[in-house]
Amino acid sequence: MIALDTLLIDKILWTPLLIVLLKVVVVFVIGLLATMLMVWFERKAIAGMQNRIGPNKTGPFGILQTLADGIKLFFKEDLIPNRADRFVFVLAPFLSFVPAFLAFAIIPLGGDFRNGNAGEVTWFGQVTKVQLADPPIGVLFALAISSIAVYGIMLAGWSSGSKYPLLGSVRASAQMVSYEAALGLSLASVLLISGTLSTSGIVSAQSRITDWHFFSTGILPFIIFLIAATAELNRPPFDLVEAEQELVGGFNTEYSSIRFALFYLAEFMNTVTMSALIVTLFFGGPQPIAFGDFVFDIPLIPNALEGTIWLLAKVLVFLYIYIWFRATLPRLRYDQLMDLGWKVLIPAALGWFMLLASQRLARQNDWNIFLVTTSAVVVMIGCYLLLQAAFSQSARQRETQGPMF
Amino acid sequence: MEFFVFVCAALMILVGAVGVIIRSHPVHAALSLVLTLFGVAVLFVAQDAHFLAAVQVIVYAGAIVVLFLFVIMLLGVDRVENLRTEPLTSQRPLAIIVSLGLIGVLVAAFVRGSDALHERGEGINIPDLTTGTDANTTQLAESIFSRYVVAFEVTSVLLVIAVVGTVLLARRTKTVVAENLK
Repeated sequence: MIALDTLLIDKILWTPLLIVLLKVVVVFVIGLLATMLMVWFERKAIAGMQNRIGPNKTGPFGILQTLADGIKLFFKEDLIPNRADRFVFVLAPFLSFVPAFLAFAIIPLGGDFRNGNAGEVTWFGQVTKVQLADPPIGVLFALAISSIAVYGIMLAGWSSGSKYPLLGSVRASAQMVSYEAALGLSLASVLLISGTLSTSGIVSAQSRITDWHFFSTGILPFIIFLIAATAELNRPPFDLVEAEQELVGGFNTEYSSIRFALFYLAEFMNTVTMSALIVTLFFGGPQPIAFGDFVFDIPLIPNALEGTIWLLAKVLVFLYIYIWFRATLPRLRYDQLMDLGWKVLIPAALGWFMLLASQRLARQNDWNIFLVTTSAVVVMIGCYLLLQAAFSQSARQRETQGPMF
Repeated sequence: MEFFVFVCAALMILVGAVGVIIRSHPVHAALSLVLTLFGVAVLFVAQDAHFLAAVQVIVYAGAIVVLFLFVIMLLGVDRVENLRTEPLTSQRPLAIIVSLGLIGVLVAAFVRGSDALHERGEGINIPDLTTGTDANTTQLAESIFSRYVVAFEVTSVLLVIAVVGTVLLARRTKTVVAENLK
C-alpha cells in the first residue's frame, strides 16, 4: 500500500528494512556533508572572484571552516526576544530545515540507467534504487516540499516580533508563492515530454544527449526553471528576503546560535537539492554523456557507480553557476522582481507549454506540422500583443489617476 | 498498518480543526489549519491517491494558507481578538440553533444509513484505465479533459470572474480616496 520504495511492497522483512534505514542515514549524511562543502566552496570561489584568499586556516585549503563555524554557533548563547511568539519562534527553524532534507529524498543518486535499465541495483540480494524514495508523484513531491519551505522563513520573520524581520518575511512569502507558479509551469514542459512524474522515469527518458530535456524541451523551460529556482531559493540576485542594506539581516535578524545555523544549513541544502533537481530534470541526472551509439564510459568503474560520478560532476557545474550569479549580478528591485515573475516568466512558460503540446498532438495525429506550428505561433503573438496592450493601458491609467491601491 | 495510519491522520485532522476554532490568535489558527490539511493529505496517500495528496499540499498548504498568513501579517491583524465585544449581537444564539440543526441532520443521516456502514458497498465503479506509477494522473486527466471538460472549463471561468470581481471591489477610485482623506 504505502510503498515509496520497491522493497517495501508485500511483507516487510529485516534485510529490506535495514537497507532502507541505511539509505536514510546515508542520504542524511550526504546532505550534511554536501552542505558543509558547498559553504566552503562558495566562500572559496567568491573569494577567488573578488581577488581575496578566502578561508585557508582550518584544515587543508580551509575545508573545515564550516565545521569550525558550526561548532562556534552551537556553543553561542541562544536568545529568544522578549516580544517573540515563543512557540512559533522555536518551530520556524525546523520548518525550514526539515523540508530542505526531505526534498533530497527523491533525487536519483546513481544507478545504471543505460540501455533502458531502470536504475535498479542489487544490494545483499535485494533489488532497489539508488534513491531514498521514488514516489509515484515524483517531481510534484519536490514542488510540495518547496511550497512548505515558505513557512519556515515566513513564520521566522513574523514570530520575531520585530519590524525588519517581518518586512523580510512578507517579501519572502510573496516572492516564493509567485515564482512557484513559474517553476511549476516550466516543469510541465518536461513532464509533457517525458510522460511521467517519477524522477527515475524522467532520468530513464534521457539516455542520449539529444534526449536531454534541456534540448528536447527547447532550452526555454530550462532558462525559466533556472531563474524561478534561484528566486525560490532566495539566492542572489533575488535575495530581497535578506537584503542587508535595507533589512538589517532579513527574516533571521533575531535568530542566534544553533537556530541561526539551522536556517543557514537549510539555505545551502536547498541550493544543493535544487541543483540536483535541475540536473535530474534537464541534464539526465546519473546518465553518462552519449551521442548516438557513442557513450563516454569511464573504464574499470561499474556502471551503477559511474552514475553517481556523472551526477556529482553535473551538480558541481550548477553549484558553481549559483556562486557565479551571486558574485556578478546586482540585486533586483522589488517591483522588478514581481514584474519579471508575473509579466515575463509565467506567460512565457505558459506559451511555450502550449507550443510543445500542439507539436505533440500534431505528431500523434499526423497533422501538417508546419501549419500547426505557424498557427500556434500566430496565436501566441496575438496573446502577447493583447498582454502588451493591457500593460500599456494600465500604465496610462496609473499616470492619469495615480496608484489605485 | 492501515488502521495505525488512519488513527494518526485522524488525530492530526481533529487536533488541527479544534485548534482553528479555539485558538484566539489568527496566526496560530492558520497553522492549525495547515495541520488539518496535512492530515487529509496523509489520508489521501493511504488511499493510493498520491496525486490528490500532492495537490492538497501544493495548493492548500503551500498557496492558500500562505496567502492567509500573508494577509494577516500585511494588515497587522495578528493580535489576539477581544471576544467581549460582539459585532453582531444575535450571532451566538443563531450559531447555537444552526449547529444544533446540523448535528440533528448528521445524526439522522447516520441512523438512517447505519446499515450501509456495516457492510462494504461497491463504491463508485471506476474502471481501471491504466496501472503503474502514473495511473493516478492518467485517470484524473482522462476524466477531467474528456468527460467533465465543460464543468472543468466553467469552473476555471468562475475562478477568473472571482479574481476580476475581487480586484474591482478592492480598487478604490480617486474620488473615494479623496473622501476618505477628508
